[in-house]
Amino acid sequence: MNGWSALDRFLRTDPRDVGCAQAMEMLHIYVDLVAAGAPAEQRYPGIAAHLRACGPCGEDFEGLLAAVRGEEH
Amino acid sequence: MVPANRTVHETPVTAARLDAESAEWLQALAETCPQRDAALARLHEMLVRIARGEVARRGPRLRITGPELDDLAYQAAADALLAITGKIGQFRGESRFTTWAYKFVIFEVSAKVGRHFWRNPGVPLDAADWDRLPGRFGFEPAQEAEWRDLLAALGRAVDTELTARQRAVFVAIVLNDVPLDALVAELASSRNAIYKMLFDARRKLRAALAANGYLGHDTSGRS
Repeated sequence: MNGWSALDRFLRTDPRDVGCAQAMEMLHIYVDLVAAGAPAEQRYPGIAAHLRACGPCGEDFEGLLAAVRGEEH
Repeated sequence: MVPANRTVHETPVTAARLDAESAEWLQALAETCPQRDAALARLHEMLVRIARGEVARRGPRLRITGPELDDLAYQAAADALLAITGKIGQFRGESRFTTWAYKFVIFEVSAKVGRHFWRNPGVPLDAADWDRLPGRFGFEPAQEAEWRDLLAALGRAVDTELTARQRAVFVAIVLNDVPLDALVAELASSRNAIYKMLFDARRKLRAALAANGYLGHDTSGRS
């Protein structure tokens, strides 16, 4: 991927994006679905869109998922 | 982005039935339970373990090391425990109790890492470092003539299309590489508010670049 497409991808926004507040409000529900192998992205497309675009919320998602998966082992 | 005041169909319809382990936690943490102190101690121990795991996971990307990182984890666990006991009435059983509880400690780690950034920021908030941009987006030196033109157009759009607040957020996060959570702490704002400003800035800048032929028009139905 060259710089042109990377910039384009960064500037592109998704109107389904629910924003940080709602994504974080429901993060535990979303993470449990992902950990269970359920289609979380289909059930909550606006949260999925947000987690793809928002670095800090994506980081929290990865952290919570790692915590839950760590407890399972 | 979905406006905050618009209902979206991404909320659970009803509270789910509690799983056995979550029910045990709620019972043990009830103020009338004789075993509450023991349950709190056990929960705290779990939160410390999760916090330490999380700072270790993020560690390579943080400018925090050693005992300071461990202190941050302990503080995050202590603050998370306070938040959990204060909000336990809001737990509706839509996830496992531990997943809900761990969310608080992950959030505390994020907030503390964001505040820690300003101990040694290394970037002035009021200067725009446009020289970072080619590296950030991977522009190739061989095509410099083309991307210089694109970045000049982007600079003009930043000056003319954005509000002062959107411009400040864009400059801090995109040009100066200030972490979003650090900016939240510095501006005493919320992650949602800063993200919304950056979201609107991205949308405006892309529209301006597309209108001037630098980027293709979006045909996906998304702005």
